[in-house]
Amino acid sequence: MAKQYKPRSHEPVVWLLFAAGGMAAAMLMPALVLITGIAAPLGLLAEDSLNYERVIGMLGSPVGKLVAFPFISLLFWHAMHRIFHGLHDLGIHAGLGYYRVLCYGFALLATLLTAGILFLI
Amino acid sequence: MNRGNRQIDILISRYDPERDDQPRTERYTVPYAHDSSVLDALLYIKDHLDGSLSFRWSCRMAICGSCGKMINGVPSLSCKTFLRDYAPGPLYIEALHHFPVIKDLVVDQAGFFDKLPESRPWLIRDQERALADGPHRQSPRQRARFASTSACINCLLCYAACPQYGMKPDFAGPALLALVERYNADSRDQGKAERMPMINAEDGVWSCTLVGNCSAVCPKDVDPAAAINRNKLESAKDYFLRFLKIGSGGAE
Ligand code: SF4
Ligand code: FES
Repeated sequence: MAKQYKPRSHEPVVWLLFAAGGMAAAMLMPALVLITGIAAPLGLLAEDSLNYERVIGMLGSPVGKLVAFPFISLLFWHAMHRIFHGLHDLGIHAGLGYYRVLCYGFALLATLLTAGILFLI
Repeated sequence: MNRGNRQIDILISRYDPERDDQPRTERYTVPYAHDSSVLDALLYIKDHLDGSLSFRWSCRMAICGSCGKMINGVPSLSCKTFLRDYAPGPLYIEALHHFPVIKDLVVDQAGFFDKLPESRPWLIRDQERALADGPHRQSPRQRARFASTSACINCLLCYAACPQYGMKPDFAGPALLALVERYNADSRDQGKAERMPMINAEDGVWSCTLVGNCSAVCPKDVDPAAAINRNKLESAKDYFLRFLKIGSGGAE
């Protein structure tokens, strides 16, 4: 008998977060590397431009929070989704339900913490 | 076959269910020329060295899809793979991985063909077009949308290459999911809603982790990995837009 394909998978929810996280990482990482890894050590930035007060002030502004929240939290979803789906490459095939809760639970916790910390700044 | 004056050793994984508990490896020495394929070598062995060797083949020109084998561990069409590229040898040939072996190099393809009807690989119309209305017209651009996915010859090399299929035979697999896209992308077809369940299921596109090996071994440049990943986006749209009733995956 032909195999039936159902039910619908709920994977799209985490996959979209994963995909958005990948996009965020691809946009953010080169900029961060350029600024903190190359420009700052070479002294190409204006004096004090990366000092603590300035950065916290930027993150603390409404626009800063709005930008920082998705960029930080989506990276957790991206990473945890990859780790979850990489488990079988590490030889872990059993107890996936448990690992799913662990991985995505961690991403959720990190998202909430990110929101909390940004709120408190 | 032009016998040529070079020789190469070929190791073949043999298995006869009536006498073997385990597959055994046998070594044959065959003559070959510049244009000798691995299939030519198998035919030489069958005709001259051991008539009991079993393997599938038909067209000898990479279009029937029946001669797939593991050649030095890589799923390959034996008619499209040349001995000269493996000199000085030896060459190791096995049945396609991830399918049960029936005898020698012949595998049971049910893991693919049993699933085939679920992909609805035919044009589905709400209303059949009357003969009097003439042929369906299709622009070159519309045709191009399924040019690569319609090139599949069901050789199953992609299944032998896919680690996910190897672990999980219920996974629809690369060629079937590419086939689903082939019909969904056809401007003459209206059956996408009937095919979405296969895409949307856990054993549909969501079992793929984009290893990409299917596309690497495909002899017809179908690029099933890309087709599957385009359909992840389709499935994600379908997942959320069904609430707005503008998706096409139907209710669940
Ligand atoms: S997609 Fe390519 S490798 Fe897979 S069955 Fe079709 S032709 Fe063969
Ligand atoms: S014999 Fe037909 S594809 Fe090789």
